[in-house]
Amino acid sequence: MLRFVEYPTPLELPLFGSPVEAGFPSPADDHIEGKLDLNEHLVRRPAATFFVRAAGESMRGAGIFDGDLLVIDRGITPQPDDIVIAVVHGELTVKRLQRVNGAWQLAAENPNFPTLPIRDDGCEIWGVVTHSIRRHCGR
Amino acid sequence: MPTFALVDCNTFYASCERLFQPDLRDRPVVVLSNNDGCVIARSNEAKSLGIAMGAPLFKIRKLVDEHGVIVRSSNYALYGDISERVMSVLGSQAPAHEIYSIDECFLDLDRMAVADLTDWCRNLRRRTHKWTGIPVSIGVGPTKTLAKVANRLAKKSAKAGGVLDLSHHPQWTEAALRKTAVGDVWGIGRRWSAMLEERGIHTAHDLACSQDGWVRKRMGIVGLKTVHELRGIACHALDDQPAPRQTTCCSRTFGEAIRDKGQVHDAVMSFAERVAEKVRHAGQVAGAVQLFIRTDPFDQNAARKSVSGSATFQRPTSDTRVITDAVLRIFDRIWRDGYGWRKAGVLLLDLGDPASVPASLFDVIEQPDGLMAALDEINSRFGRGKARLGLARKGGEWRMRQENLSPSFTTRWGDIPAAKMG
Repeated sequence: MLRFVEYPTPLELPLFGSPVEAGFPSPADDHIEGKLDLNEHLVRRPAATFFVRAAGESMRGAGIFDGDLLVIDRGITPQPDDIVIAVVHGELTVKRLQRVNGAWQLAAENPNFPTLPIRDDGCEIWGVVTHSIRRHCGR
Repeated sequence: MPTFALVDCNTFYASCERLFQPDLRDRPVVVLSNNDGCVIARSNEAKSLGIAMGAPLFKIRKLVDEHGVIVRSSNYALYGDISERVMSVLGSQAPAHEIYSIDECFLDLDRMAVADLTDWCRNLRRRTHKWTGIPVSIGVGPTKTLAKVANRLAKKSAKAGGVLDLSHHPQWTEAALRKTAVGDVWGIGRRWSAMLEERGIHTAHDLACSQDGWVRKRMGIVGLKTVHELRGIACHALDDQPAPRQTTCCSRTFGEAIRDKGQVHDAVMSFAERVAEKVRHAGQVAGAVQLFIRTDPFDQNAARKSVSGSATFQRPTSDTRVITDAVLRIFDRIWRDGYGWRKAGVLLLDLGDPASVPASLFDVIEQPDGLMAALDEINSRFGRGKARLGLARKGGEWRMRQENLSPSFTTRWGDIPAAKMG
């Protein structure tokens, strides 16, 4: 039966004891050690974790493409070089947080898009992007 | 001495609406009751415009247009999810907690060994806001009632910075009680507050100074406990082990009165499905089911009627097929033509743990066939009511009016917020 997985339902996949190799399977593979839960891997703080959908082209250099699913952890304190969700003009926006010569800025990862300086009145960092998930098979 | 904190989310529904729509931050926001009837929550900006709690939408239409007030239908999928997050952060930080409502939580801080409780509360407040995006206020006191008093003032006073601790600053208690209207004391309803005002008891301080005998006579033991709590004598403990729910209900007020049997039937069937899903989600089984249908009790011009019926299951169940079948039989039995029905609901009663159901000699042992689990999974993935038993037609006029519903940002894949890369 198909199993639809929705957070926080654990997605259980068997974890095998030996690395995958070509040829004959190891007899040790019969011994299942436990189950892998994808949530455990992607979500460290469930109460602080949110999912958003990335929209646009300005973060291609960081490997984030239009339609990717982003995992956001609001529990992490943002640091320079983190990819963050920042509030820009009242909208949630994906940027690279940078500190250049003591000044904070929000950089795009695409030469066609500008880098935004963070002015003295500050800027709200909504959360830190911890993972991006892209679908490679449309079926 | 016991130490209680009450953590209360600031304008909770409005804060949830703003979390994923930062452009609403500085604008007045109101949230409407089921069916978009009247205002049940307001942002501070909406309060300052003079929009009253409970005001019907048509009465505030002018203010809404003039000031660009954001109007939202209530989105309980969103509020419920954010509430769980807030409660989980609070629960992880305190030795014991009691979820009091969707946006309030009592903490037992009795055994907390911290140098400065106000500092600790400020940190908790910061952490909750950072993790969940929801601003909270915290009041601390030696009783739950005083924690409530402190919370109210913590929220109102800019100086307090969202935290007021009366436990470690008992010298502030009298002033706090003097600043609290008697009607704002926890547990003092409208009836008591009118009676107290009439007798010159205007503030919480006046009430705390009232004589026990008199209070006991006028307000019973419940009122006396409240007065003792105001004096700092704890009468209410933290109920951190709430009893499992004994009943669960799905009911709706229809957008307009419905006279057609087919339409009410469809609504009732969908409630039965929904409520069955709820008990399965809670891992429980129900012993009985009740169905009610009623006309508008406030409509003076139409015939008023309320009918209900119930059925007991041979064996406690959470199976949609068994539950809808029972509801259908009740429906056919209680239905009356000639009325404009305005509300219906299905209640599951006598809820319990499936493991404690005794087997009987004549039971046909039900094999879990996975159908209910599959149904729940499909609906949780694709949206409520997408996969259903062949019982009900889709749509229909009974559906709740929700014209300004925000997306279910955190509970449905299709609704997760977009983050711009431009």
